[in-house]
Amino acid sequence: MSNEMQGAPQPSTLLDRSDVRVKHATGIGGAVAAFVERVRSGDLGSLPVIAGLIIIWTVFTCLNPVFLSANNLVNLLFDCSTVGVIALGIVCVLMVGQIDLSVGSMSGFASALVGTLWVNQGWPVLLAIVTAVAVGALVGLLYGLLLNLFGMPSFVATLAGLLAILGLQLYVLGATGSINLPYASPMVNLGQLMIIPAAVSYLLALAPGAVTLVVGLRTRERRRVSNLSAPSVGSLLVRSVAITVLLEIVVAYLNRGRGVPVMFGVFLGLAVAMDYALKRTRWGRSMNAVGGNHEAARRAGINVGAIYNSAFVLCASLAALGGVLTAARLASASTQAGTGDVNLNAIAAAVIGGTSLFGGRGSAYSAVLGIIVIQSIASGLTLLNLSSSLRFMITGAVLAIAVIVDSLARQSRISHGRA
Amino acid sequence: MTDNSTTSSRPGELVLSLRGVSKHFGAVSALTDIELDVHAGEVVALVGDNGAGKSTLVKVLAGVHQPSTGTITFSGQQVTLPNPGAALDLGIATVFQDLALCENLDVVANIYLGRELNPLRLDEVAMEVRAWTLLNELSARIPSVRDVVASLSGGQRQTVAIARSLLLDPKLIMLDEPTAALGVAQTAEVLNLIERVRDRGHAVIMISHNMEDVRAVADRIVVLRLGRNNGVFYPKSSNEELVAAITGATENAVSRRAGRHQAEQNA
Repeated sequence: MSNEMQGAPQPSTLLDRSDVRVKHATGIGGAVAAFVERVRSGDLGSLPVIAGLIIIWTVFTCLNPVFLSANNLVNLLFDCSTVGVIALGIVCVLMVGQIDLSVGSMSGFASALVGTLWVNQGWPVLLAIVTAVAVGALVGLLYGLLLNLFGMPSFVATLAGLLAILGLQLYVLGATGSINLPYASPMVNLGQLMIIPAAVSYLLALAPGAVTLVVGLRTRERRRVSNLSAPSVGSLLVRSVAITVLLEIVVAYLNRGRGVPVMFGVFLGLAVAMDYALKRTRWGRSMNAVGGNHEAARRAGINVGAIYNSAFVLCASLAALGGVLTAARLASASTQAGTGDVNLNAIAAAVIGGTSLFGGRGSAYSAVLGIIVIQSIASGLTLLNLSSSLRFMITGAVLAIAVIVDSLARQSRISHGRA
Repeated sequence: MTDNSTTSSRPGELVLSLRGVSKHFGAVSALTDIELDVHAGEVVALVGDNGAGKSTLVKVLAGVHQPSTGTITFSGQQVTLPNPGAALDLGIATVFQDLALCENLDVVANIYLGRELNPLRLDEVAMEVRAWTLLNELSARIPSVRDVVASLSGGQRQTVAIARSLLLDPKLIMLDEPTAALGVAQTAEVLNLIERVRDRGHAVIMISHNMEDVRAVADRIVVLRLGRNNGVFYPKSSNEELVAAITGATENAVSRRAGRHQAEQNA
């Protein structure tokens, strides 16, 4: 620009820094200031849920110090993994602005299928699990087709599914109503006993920080070569060291008790894979776009119907997998599995964790954070010997607060132009 | 824009040809027997009053609506456009009047939507560089391509939508009211851009209500009225002729107003 006003700040030569009107964060101090500014404008990220978690943990620890003991937290993580996997699927459907209300029934049906096929029919356990997950995928595909072919709102289709699948679960279990899974089997071990060896858990806890650093440095180099602004090495280092230290402390504390459950490792692995898929692949970009503005996505040439199908298939498959894990955790498949609060806990976990009910905004990690909040409440109230009536009321109140925070943050984002 | 001569057509070659295209929405005929030819290296302006069928025609060509009858010939081949993806694949890019951007995604994601580089491991750096290059060609004033589109002004969004249409180096670009939300300088930039795109051998269809803009860049002006062809004009045609064709009468609101004005000045 030759007619740049005299006295204006010199535009930088970097491609993305040539506009002098924009403030850019530089260095570590700048990154902190940018973060504060983002939060003030309503882009809260996972801040409210972490604050909420600290409050909940403080309250329960004051009421009963056992709450924060290593072994109680290990149990908490066992319980988180089952519904957490279901919540991951819910993140997928919320992402595209849809809902699946039948995940509880689906998980119960899957556990009934595994019980029947494995214990009663004598199938190999892995084949039974794969079959259950495949049935989940078919159910998800059906929801997708109902939406795409008949324009049937997922709210209604999955509500119908909730009843129909519950019926299937009761039918499969028959008169006995309950199938016990063999205690010594690897599947039940996974659900109740299996712990990641301490040394391995310390090594695994190094991975996220190391990956952050390596990927960060590589991206930084590419951005520099491409004449784009790049983060400083210092801020990358601080970030990866912070992640590593935090994770190692958590792992060390859990290892003072029984250690990190393998099942929770599986759940975290799924969450990491989902996060990558949603953020770093074309499919994930399309999911975000469809949730934000499906007509715009269609006009950009995205096959919106296929994206809806993939979201429903993934959600129902993960619900089935969550049901299998629940069966392993309880060492039984019964008519009670998947009923009661499973449905709402899974949906509440995703929303409490920060995935928007309005679509187009969310992350796989919201399922992890959200389910830890919900299971903390459940575990704390159990330790206090409070009845499930109170547990429902308190979980309901927390969900209401989470949705209020989501709505308020959304309004604030809109008024700050960040929607 | 990268120079990709294989996708541009030879100058003067017939790129798009519509014969007898009609579109009905229930009992309403939005388009009736539309004939339209567009050649490479030519800017065709599509003008008409509100409800004349301009936007419907653009949506038919973009694959958003399917025509009820009629044939579309693109680059010598008779084609059907069952969905927007098919139109994009053929090389028909569109800037819609409502822009069709995803407000929850950032500028880079919107420009590359559905065409991301490296689908299994998105190449964000390459996409960002190309996004800046496109935006700089448009002399765009976008503060950061990593901001979500929701935080941009109307004019900035318009520029993003235009940048997106240029990404694939299409044979035919359709712009529905491209300058409606733009300031003076930005409008000039878009008009310059349209000329640059034309000079590179692309075909351009532009819809506008602004006769000044139309005359400035159009090689031909196609008038639609109530969903039908109502004459072809050239930039040198008089304003009265154009307005008469658009409104369908030599005696119309515009001429009456001009006449009154003239009478007042004479008095």
